[in-house]
Parts: sequence; C-alpha cells; structure tokens
Amino acid sequence: MTRFFAWGAFLFGCLYFLLPLVGMTEFSLKMRRGEYSFDAYRRVFEDQRFWDTFSYSLILSAATIVVGVLLVVPTAYWVRLKLPQARPVIEFITLLPLVIPAIVIVFGYIRLYNTSSFLPLTGSALGTDILLTMGYTTLALPYMYRSVDTGLRTIDVTTLTEAAQSLGAGWITILARIILPNVMVAVLSGAFLTLAIVLGEFTMAALLNRPAFGPFMQLLGANRAYEPPALAVIAFAITWGCMGLMQLVTRFSKHERAKA
Amino acid sequence: MPKQPGGQRLRLPLEWLGILPFMIFAVLFLILPTMKIVIGAFQTADGSFTLQNLIDLNTDSIRSAYWTSLKLSFVTALLGCAIGFAMAAAVVFGGLPKGVRNPLVTFSGVASNFAGVPLAFAFIATLGPVGLVTVWLRTEFGINLRAMGFNLLSFWGLVITYLFFQIPLMILIIIPALDGLKREWREAAAVLGATGAQYWRMVALPILFPSLLGTFALLFANAFGAVATAFALTGPQLNIVPIKLFAQIRGDVLGNPNLGYALAFGMIVITALANFLYIWLRVRSERWLK
Repeated sequence: MTRFFAWGAFLFGCLYFLLPLVGMTEFSLKMRRGEYSFDAYRRVFEDQRFWDTFSYSLILSAATIVVGVLLVVPTAYWVRLKLPQARPVIEFITLLPLVIPAIVIVFGYIRLYNTSSFLPLTGSALGTDILLTMGYTTLALPYMYRSVDTGLRTIDVTTLTEAAQSLGAGWITILARIILPNVMVAVLSGAFLTLAIVLGEFTMAALLNRPAFGPFMQLLGANRAYEPPALAVIAFAITWGCMGLMQLVTRFSKHERAKA
Repeated sequence: MPKQPGGQRLRLPLEWLGILPFMIFAVLFLILPTMKIVIGAFQTADGSFTLQNLIDLNTDSIRSAYWTSLKLSFVTALLGCAIGFAMAAAVVFGGLPKGVRNPLVTFSGVASNFAGVPLAFAFIATLGPVGLVTVWLRTEFGINLRAMGFNLLSFWGLVITYLFFQIPLMILIIIPALDGLKREWREAAAVLGATGAQYWRMVALPILFPSLLGTFALLFANAFGAVATAFALTGPQLNIVPIKLFAQIRGDVLGNPNLGYALAFGMIVITALANFLYIWLRVRSERWLK
C-alpha cells in the first residue's frame, strides 16, 4: 500500500518534470513543416546577438566569480581564525540577498548610483558593468559564502596558518598558497553555481540595460516562435552542465579524502 | 565588541580590519541600496518625512497586485511543499529502488536553478496554445484546454510553471530532514503499539513541523520575489507586485517615484517576514537533526 502511493507520487512528479522538457525539445525541432530538424538551433547559432550576449554574460560571470572569491575566501578565513565573534554578523549579511529580492536591490542601485550621485556608476557602460558584477556578486554571496565556510570547517585553519607563519609566509602567501588550494573544491562548487545563476539572470541586466544573455532570451521569446524553445534547451543543458561539474568536483574531493 | 583588558585592547581594531573589504562591499552594494529604498518610501518628492506613500499603496490596482502575488506565493509554496514532500517521502521511505534517489537529488539541483526566462519557454512549448500537451489532448482525446478555461498566461498557468522550481527546492531541503528521522523512533512507536498513521501524526510530523513550515516560508519568499519567469511568460501586463515594480523602475508608470519606493518596501517587508520565519524555524528544527 505504501509502496503503491510511493510509486504514484514519484511517477506523477516525474511526469510533471519530464513533460515540459520533452515539450520544449519537441517544439524546438519543429521549425521545418512536417519533419524534425535542427533549423531553430541553426538560426540561434547564426544570430550574432546570441554570441555577443552569451560571451558578455560569460565574461561577467567570470568577473563575478573572481570578485566573489576575493571577497569571500579572505573574509571567511579571517572570521574563522581571528574573529569568531563576528560570525553572526557576517552570516546575517550573507543571507540578506535571499531576503531582499533582486529587483529591489537593483532598484536601489539605479537610484543610488545615478549620474548625479557620489558614485555615478550608471553614467558609463563600464561603470554599469561594474555595478552589474557587484549585483551578481551579492546574488551569489549566500551560496559562495556557505560553500567556502563549509570547506574551511574541514581543515585546521589555525595550525596551517601558524605553520606557514613560522616558515616566514605573509598573509597573501598564506591565503593564495595554503588556504585557497585547500578550499578549492568549495570554491569551484560555488563558482559553478554562480555561473549557472549569472548566465540566465534577467532582472538586474534588463533594468540596468546591459546586453546580457537573459534579456536577449526574453527579447527573442517576445518575437519568435521556434527559437525560444531551442534557447530553453540550450539553457537547460548549460544549467545541467554547471550542476554536473559541481557534483564532479565534490565527488572527486571525496575520493581524495578517502584515500588520505 | 567585548572589551578586553590591557594590551589586548590596542590589537582589537586591527583584527576587525580583516573584514573591512567585505563590510565595505556589503554597505555599498547591499545595505545602502536597501536603505535608499526604505527611506525613500517614507519621503516626499522634496525629501521631507511622510506616510503618504504607504497610504497611497491602497489603490485598487496595487492592492490587487499584492493580493495576486500573495495568493500566487501561498498556493505555489503550499503545493510545492505537498508534492515535494510526497516525492521525497516516496524516495526515502516508500521502498523505491535505491538507484532513483541520487538522480532525483541531482535533477532537483538542476531544476531548482532552471528558473526564469527559459522555464517560461519550456511551458509555452508544452501547455501554450500550440504546445505539446495541448495539441496532444486535443487531437487524441478531443479535450480542448482553452475551451475548458485553461490559459497558461493566467494565475493557474503561473502556478503550474512556478512549481517547476518550487517542488525541487522542497525536495532538496526536506530529504536531509527525512533522513534525520531515526529508525529507533519508529520502532519505539511500534513497540508501544502505534500504527503507521499514529507514528506519522504523533511523532514524525511534530518533529518535521518546523522544517516543513520553514521550507514553506522559504518557498513563499522565493515565489514572491520572482520576476523573470512571470515576465517572460506574460509580458508586462500581468498584475503582480514584482512585474509592477519592474514596469515602475523602467518607466515610472505610477507617476510618483516615491510610490515606487513604497511598493518595493512592501516587498521587502513580506519577503523579510517569510525568511526570518524560515531561519528561526530552521534553527529550531536542527536540534533534531544531529
């Protein structure tokens, strides 16, 4: 009886999740009348805006990951090493992006950093890119921080630091050559999640008027019929890829630890 | 900051310097922007204090936007919790083969991140006017969804679409909680003569209750702040709060910038309440999970 209901719930869920995936794939292949073809994909890949927006988002996610790592690793390390009393404050701040919707944060940016403000970031393209990168960093902050902090928990921060110091290492050497390699798995898994979030992000890029991949997909969706599902298939594959890589690095590290 | 005696005191500020970059980042890109919105909600155009903006939120259009958003978040959170719980319980206790668990967790990780614009495309291709399921039902069974009043670009259409990221999020959070239910509790209940239903009603559910309610609050906030999916699905005309705010930021459709601040302030209040409920309940539930 239990087993019957269990299978029922499970199969119902599978059906619900599979249908849209099948639907979008099937629809994306139907561009040519009467037969399946990859025409929609060809159209997407021939569109220069696809490559422009995609590479723009890729560059921005790389920048986001770099800023995120530079910000999170030293902070999480320092809190563990010297400032355990600051932990609640830092944790609270890293949870804020889950509390404040992205649209509200970007609304604040637009009003705070406009051309007549103390830091007129929205005045230039580069400034807006920087602002968008910072916005993405806040979106990724909860995941990045938690991932790195968990990674730091598994190593003995104090001993490693003291050992490095007694060999004459400075703070930058300790962070770059001792701490970072030790939490690399956590950093990578946070980085792949950041990549997945940034590549598909729509709200912030659209409101800051930057040519990112998310707004491009939305624009195409409003004007075309067959290309959008093709884009959805591509986006799903990218998300799947990011999550797969995340699992891969985690699993890889487990093997390493088991051997040690 | 705790005061420490003697020489320690001089070193203390230096240690706080270590988190200065992070604090500057947080203030500039998280706290100040939010403060700007919150303060703006209580200001007139010339900067003096007022409550008029919050009072002005009480128009038919804004009230119905909040009501639709609250309803949407509530319904998707409730259904997301119920279906996600059923699937997680099926995998953890239901006697399903062990091999389905890891794929389900992996898939949930992917699906909970597959939100936004592409998700809307997937559902248009499936349940839209010429979508896979719509056409199949019409040609094979003569069921015309449209004639039956179903429209993807409506409230229930949004509910069905949002569930695609709500259910996986529930699965991801609740599976560890279900794993935390110890076998001994079930055996102890059985020894005392409890039936399966009694065990669930009197032991398992009370233990899981903080997790369930907490996840419900998280899903609620998750749906409430979502913009991209709804925007890509229905365009700017659907009357929910995030879409209204989106239009307001783009073109001041309310005709009063400070009313826009008030609208955003309302969103912060609602998602903040939901999230604090989540965090508080999670702390409570973690007592049971080792």
